[in-house]
Amino acid sequence: MKNFLKSFLAVFLLALPVVAQAGTVTVKGSDTMVILTQRWAEEFMKKNSGTKLQVTGGGSGTGISALINGTTDICMASRPMKEAEVEKLRGRFNTTGTEISVAKDGVTFYVHESNPLSSLTLEQLKGIYLGDITNWKAVGGPDAPIVVYSRENSSGTYVFVKDNVLGGEDYAATAQTLPGTAAVVNAVSKEKFGIGYGGAAYAKGIKELKVNNVEPNADNIKTGKYPLARDLYFYLRSKPTGEAKAFIDFALSPEGQEIVKKVGYFPVK
Amino acid sequence: MDRETVMQQGLAETMVAPPLSPAARRRQLREKVIAGVITAMAFTGIAALVLIIVFVAKEALALFLDAHAREEASLAKMFTPQVTRVGRPAGFVWQPVSSVPKVSMIPLFIGTLKTTAVSMLVAVPVGVAGALFAAEFAPRRLRELLKPVIELLAGIPSVVLGFFALMVLATFLQDLFGFTYRLNAVVAGLGLALAIVPVIFTVSEDALTAVPRSYREASLALGATPWETAWKVVLPAAAPGILAACVLGFGRAIGETMIVLMASGNAAIVSASLGDSVRSLSATIAAEMGEVVVGSPHYSLLFFIGVELFVFTFVLNMVAASWTKKVLKRLTGGAG
Repeated sequence: MKNFLKSFLAVFLLALPVVAQAGTVTVKGSDTMVILTQRWAEEFMKKNSGTKLQVTGGGSGTGISALINGTTDICMASRPMKEAEVEKLRGRFNTTGTEISVAKDGVTFYVHESNPLSSLTLEQLKGIYLGDITNWKAVGGPDAPIVVYSRENSSGTYVFVKDNVLGGEDYAATAQTLPGTAAVVNAVSKEKFGIGYGGAAYAKGIKELKVNNVEPNADNIKTGKYPLARDLYFYLRSKPTGEAKAFIDFALSPEGQEIVKKVGYFPVK
Repeated sequence: MDRETVMQQGLAETMVAPPLSPAARRRQLREKVIAGVITAMAFTGIAALVLIIVFVAKEALALFLDAHAREEASLAKMFTPQVTRVGRPAGFVWQPVSSVPKVSMIPLFIGTLKTTAVSMLVAVPVGVAGALFAAEFAPRRLRELLKPVIELLAGIPSVVLGFFALMVLATFLQDLFGFTYRLNAVVAGLGLALAIVPVIFTVSEDALTAVPRSYREASLALGATPWETAWKVVLPAAAPGILAACVLGFGRAIGETMIVLMASGNAAIVSASLGDSVRSLSATIAAEMGEVVVGSPHYSLLFFIGVELFVFTFVLNMVAASWTKKVLKRLTGGAG
């Protein structure tokens, strides 16, 4: 493994000057943030034709791993870095990384549009995702089994819901895991008695549930009234410089934050 | 007698090496170099395979050597029921990302078994019957059309088949059978069957056409109908080849990742129902490898799953090979 890493690193280092010369900044991580970052990148590249931005998804965990392994410049994450990950980064690069909050998002729970329910409490959601509640009747819906959709465990949203809804406990084994929020939305839109969760940006063609009777809209998320609001982050190994800094400044500029709204997320300021 | 001596003479003549001209010597050298290059290539392939196995096994071995990993993912935790929530009966749970990781392999085995079984149940009859039809009954024109078309099916990327299973097949089957879960073992199994039918068909068809013509002629001459000939003479004679086809198909089904990842729902449930969601071994590796911290117990565990998949296919190949030998012996009346 060490040899493998060494050779890998060698290849990487050889490739590095080429990459740097071409002015390419790689951005990798959260699937929730891919669309937003791509939109930023498109606008940014229109203005700065010399810079190339490569945006890829894979999940927050994947992005953070890439940051630790040195295979990406900027990591997108929909959750803060864990203690263990910061330790790894310090071990590898002797830095604790730089965290920049670039947008806000509300984790929304979706049901099929024909579902009569419009609101669930956090307790009810916890019961459903822990597998204690298995029928819609128990939460005031029709007499039908609940088909629970979740995300793969490389997803930042998976960890967010686990920590903030389930209180750190495990998801029910019956929860089906799908790659990407888009897949969850697609599945719920086809499953009459399904429930799923994801970023607000993707929620189209299905019904968004209120949580504790609070609607997941811009005001409630910005003010923190909606119980499942979260920050979306960029992580870097060190203070941003050069092209990466220019890109992040653009993302945080009024223009960049306008794009945040357009994509369906919520500005940080 | 005369002929034999002539032949022997001929042999003897070639055995006595005439003095080589420089051109011939050069040619000989070239032959040797070419043979050497080909051998080297063959060995490169084998070496790559061995190195892959060694690498995978080495990464998995940490599971048994590293104290932390041994505690978190011991064999007992993988294969015996564990209490996963206070106040609940012990069960088999796969939840590797958790404050207390649960690493039972049983739901993954069951998932793989279910999808593979469904796909084999569908693909073997379809593939073999198709091959029998193409080899024995189809008019030549049709056969010449059928074979490339089915072989083309083998060229469809599995992600396309997976997408088809996810979007079309799942909805169709749910409407048809009224499954509670839209994505389940049947959907994934049928998606897999699409991928392995061409494999089974092609190899079986080759095996059937390779059966000597004299078998058919003898059978027909003895008064058997074409159907009896195909079913009782040609098919048994091609049995080893058809078995090889099935083993190839099985190997593909057990290792196929994309289709299962997309169409099975990926819930690690222990149940006997084919209408439930399943999580297969291969899909687990694909879904979780991207996120794991290199060197962690979870990482070793995923490599361990890889080793298990390898062992399965290997054992199956061995069993199939020995069975083929037996069948061959029986077919040739023990003389061969």
